Amino acid sequence: MTASRHSALKLAGTDVSPAETRHEIPGAHVARNPGMPLDLDLVLAQRANRSAVERRAATLPGRRTVKKQWQAAWLLRAVSLIDLTTLSGDDTTGNVRRLCAKAMHPIRADLERTLGIESLAIATGAVCVYHQLVPVAVEALAGSNIPVAAVSTGFPAGLSPIETRIAEVRASVAAGAREIDIVITRGHVLTGNWHALYDEVRSFRDACGDAHMKTILGTGDLATLTNIARASMVAMMAGADFIKTSTGKEGVNATLPISLVMVRMIREYFEQTGFAIGYKPAGGIRSAKNSLEYLYLMKEELGDRWLRPDLFRFGASGLLTDIERQLEHFATGRYAAAHRQPMV
Amino acid sequence: MATTVAGIFETMEYGPAPESDKPALAWIAAHQASFGHFIGGAWTSAGKGARFDVIDPATGRVLAKVSQGSKSDVDAAVKAARKALPAWRKLSGHQRAKHLYALARTVQRNARLLAVLESMDNGKSIRETRDIDIPLVARHFYHHAGWAQLLETEFAGHHGVGVVGQIIPWNFPLLMLAWKVAPALAAGCTVILKPAEFTPLTALAFAELASEAGLPPGVLNILTGDGATGAALVDHPDVDKLAFTGSTDVGRIIRKATAGSGKKLSLELGGKSPFIVFEDADLDSVVEGVVDAIWFNQGQVCCAGSRLLMQEGIADKLIAKLRARMEKLRVGSPLDKAIDMGAIVAPVQLERIRSLVEQGAKEGAEMWQPSWAVPKDGCFYPPTLFTNVAPSSTIAQVEIFGPVLVSMSFRTPEEAVALANNTPFGLAASVWSENINLALDVAPKVKAGVVWINCTNLFDAAAGFGGYRESGYGREGGREGMWEYLKPEAGNRKPENLGRKPEVGSRKKVVASGLRLPASGSQIDRTAKLFIGGKQARPDSGYSIPIIGAKGATAGEVGEGNRKDVRNAVEAARNAAGAWARSTGHNRGQILYYIAENLSARSAEFAARIRELTGREGKSEVEASIARLFTYAAWADKWDGQVHQTPIRGVTLAMNEPVGVIGVAAPSEHPLLGFISTVAPAIAAGNTVVAIPSEHQPLAVTDFYQVLETSDVPAGVVNIVTGRRDELAKVLAEHDDVDAIWYFGSREGVKLCEAASIGNMKQTWCESGARDWTEAARGEGREFLRHATQVKNIWIPYGE
Repeated sequence: MTASRHSALKLAGTDVSPAETRHEIPGAHVARNPGMPLDLDLVLAQRANRSAVERRAATLPGRRTVKKQWQAAWLLRAVSLIDLTTLSGDDTTGNVRRLCAKAMHPIRADLERTLGIESLAIATGAVCVYHQLVPVAVEALAGSNIPVAAVSTGFPAGLSPIETRIAEVRASVAAGAREIDIVITRGHVLTGNWHALYDEVRSFRDACGDAHMKTILGTGDLATLTNIARASMVAMMAGADFIKTSTGKEGVNATLPISLVMVRMIREYFEQTGFAIGYKPAGGIRSAKNSLEYLYLMKEELGDRWLRPDLFRFGASGLLTDIERQLEHFATGRYAAAHRQPMV
Repeated sequence: MATTVAGIFETMEYGPAPESDKPALAWIAAHQASFGHFIGGAWTSAGKGARFDVIDPATGRVLAKVSQGSKSDVDAAVKAARKALPAWRKLSGHQRAKHLYALARTVQRNARLLAVLESMDNGKSIRETRDIDIPLVARHFYHHAGWAQLLETEFAGHHGVGVVGQIIPWNFPLLMLAWKVAPALAAGCTVILKPAEFTPLTALAFAELASEAGLPPGVLNILTGDGATGAALVDHPDVDKLAFTGSTDVGRIIRKATAGSGKKLSLELGGKSPFIVFEDADLDSVVEGVVDAIWFNQGQVCCAGSRLLMQEGIADKLIAKLRARMEKLRVGSPLDKAIDMGAIVAPVQLERIRSLVEQGAKEGAEMWQPSWAVPKDGCFYPPTLFTNVAPSSTIAQVEIFGPVLVSMSFRTPEEAVALANNTPFGLAASVWSENINLALDVAPKVKAGVVWINCTNLFDAAAGFGGYRESGYGREGGREGMWEYLKPEAGNRKPENLGRKPEVGSRKKVVASGLRLPASGSQIDRTAKLFIGGKQARPDSGYSIPIIGAKGATAGEVGEGNRKDVRNAVEAARNAAGAWARSTGHNRGQILYYIAENLSARSAEFAARIRELTGREGKSEVEASIARLFTYAAWADKWDGQVHQTPIRGVTLAMNEPVGVIGVAAPSEHPLLGFISTVAPAIAAGNTVVAIPSEHQPLAVTDFYQVLETSDVPAGVVNIVTGRRDELAKVLAEHDDVDAIWYFGSREGVKLCEAASIGNMKQTWCESGARDWTEAARGEGREFLRHATQVKNIWIPYGE
């Protein structure tokens, strides 16, 4: 982030016309977000009116729908955006390998033929595991180009010593993780300590090196939508490549209203800096229909560019099976059963 | 456009998502695409008489032919409604509640048919008919089933007004039917409803469904036709009440046509509603609010937020966000489930929108439309945004009734309120701010019947809807809406019967000094002047009128007020209105008590004056007047509003606000009590008043000036102009800065005032019947306070 760019955006709210701050939507390659100095004016200017946000989120799924081959294509798109995830205390080499096999071939071959999509070689966006299992996943996915994502920094609470958390990021990167899902100290948000939050995320970003960093806000712990909006903005200023809702361990995980607030912050950051940040809702997205609602949200609020794996991911495990059932129904005309889809 | 799965996977476009029109077409076909009227529980012959086409505006195809209602059709419908009335009125509230409940269930059972039919007939999107219109229709019948059930206890002493004629617009055909029919049926009225000629189908379908659901014949009659049919219904002598929703121009015609007819009238008219955005608002949510405000129902919404007022610091940013959002809107086939806007109702409306947009551009405003094109076939118009709009330009003033938003900026909250109120209309307003202090300060200052804070276009059966100013009068929905269809059971009024004709002496030139010593020389002459702006003022005319006492002798003289005196009095009342409305109820109560106290101190004198004027014993009238003042002093801090139970997380405040400046022609039966019975409730509720006292016995009131002067009544709150009642009342009724006219007098005077009220569509409360002013039941209380206030519903969703 250069100083001159920063001073230009300070003017944006006052007398620079919006046209002057327009930025090009990225093409094939998304330039990596370098972050910017913490701008508290910009952070504190962010607001979210809960009732209005909920109204938009509640009516959006009624405004858009896709049917027939459009629905099938969109669901396949959703599959390609899944960070296929296992984050359990009982994870072993065995179940992680199984997960990786599914990530490489998420759609049954006969369905691929029926849908005429063999050439698309659909795979999931990534496989997401704990640090311990990174080497297993890296090995299992060798040759597939599917990245391994590691949850890190004392996931899920993020309350271990900062040195430990930074070391954990470095260890996962060294073990071959190309994506690191970090968690923030929620207390920094709840106490309005934006400097501490910024410094924390910045230090994780530095530790990530070339690995892409997804910043988990733990939205279910942040109490208000305005907190979520401001934390999103600070995370991006500190260099997040993605912002992500939740660990999956909070009481409330990804919801459409929370997502609406976060993607609006991504839009604001893009308008201010020209850098496109990715979004990852995680936890609680289990149905094919629900995944389509997220795609409508991304298309409507941010545009088609945010329907690609470099700018959007679902953090989910059970979602894939429901999508497979819907695709089979589309292909055969019969309603499908879960046990007939190859399990994760 | 990609159509293979692999292709769409790359383009990620939306595809077609059509709702089937087959069930709706089958319903039309079952009627041979040809409809008569629905009168007395049966269809009239469809082949008889003139007919016209009902057209789907999205495709131009003819859906059906319907009948053009003639005068004899109107006669037949009114006759059927009149015939059904006694039995319907006689049903218990519970029995009527069961009928309304059945109607709600019927609507839900047939929800999709009605939604599709509505979409085809009107051009509005199936999303809106399915998710908004039809669910609200059902909600309205459920809610009013409740009012029917509770009528006898909650509206004790009242029953339905009788036979009701209802004329509804084309923008929300079935929803407007529900808003009109549900409260009427709950109150025990029978109905003749005329749907708009563009959109009659769902009303006809509803009539059929209602009949199948067991609604007795004649309780609900549907007459199709154009304005001529509506006019015949308006003019019909056997209709007790008219309810109209539509343009202010037609509302004006109806008010004039019904003047003096004794028909109760409620009007829900046009709007040019402000959408006010302060710099601390959640701007992304504001953008969605604008979508819901002006790109809802193609902008064909009477309460559409069509004037965007933005605080200057965020104006550019908001406009940029709006344009980006407009690029994402989808316009197309109304039956497509993934579009935002459907078709404009008819070519004539499309033409009106086009020509107003052209005019806006010609007058110098900057027009912007998104880059995509609307479908070429059918009545479609793109979302349109004007910037650089001057408040004086046509598009900032007139109701466009299309997807066209005009925007302006303001610097301060005060300027926002001034711009918001700079319109003849006053239907709705939307206020956006994250600061509760600011939002709740602005809401009461905006002249509108509905104010939405951080939301817009929310409707519910439990909250009243209706306008201030030229947006009409009366409310629909909630407790306040029920009053429109009720009247007091003891309310059959006889024509004015005063025992003797109002008698006024001939004009005399006031002597130069203004003082004449009486012959006896024992008293100093008191020449009554007018009372304007807290001061006694000589009449502009320079003439006075001798007042004849009961024994035939001249009891005194009063100034002969003329139109200039009325003008001055209204100006004084207007100047005092703001501060008086803002004063606390406690404060107004204290002043009313003080008036009573000072009147009491001089009760013997007033009693003597009344005896002199009327020949009656005067003491009891003075006592009654003092008691009445106490009544309204008591009410001043108790005329509470309500919190309505609307289905949001938040509160909907129904606030009783003063109407403003009220012109009062006081009843003549009791020279002092009549004046106090009308003026006291008006000022207790926070209005200022220009009052015309009894024409032939005004001296009790002119004596009263001194009581007012010694009772801390702020200047301009009560203004009194003596003179010829009907002449002065007409000037008041015509005055565009008077908000309501109350007239108690002759039948001719009622007609005169009602007809003259159309200039600014002021509220009218005009009676020629005799009321027993001495009795609390008819002479004071809630009925008076309801007329003295208008309900503003403020929707405040909350949650952090």
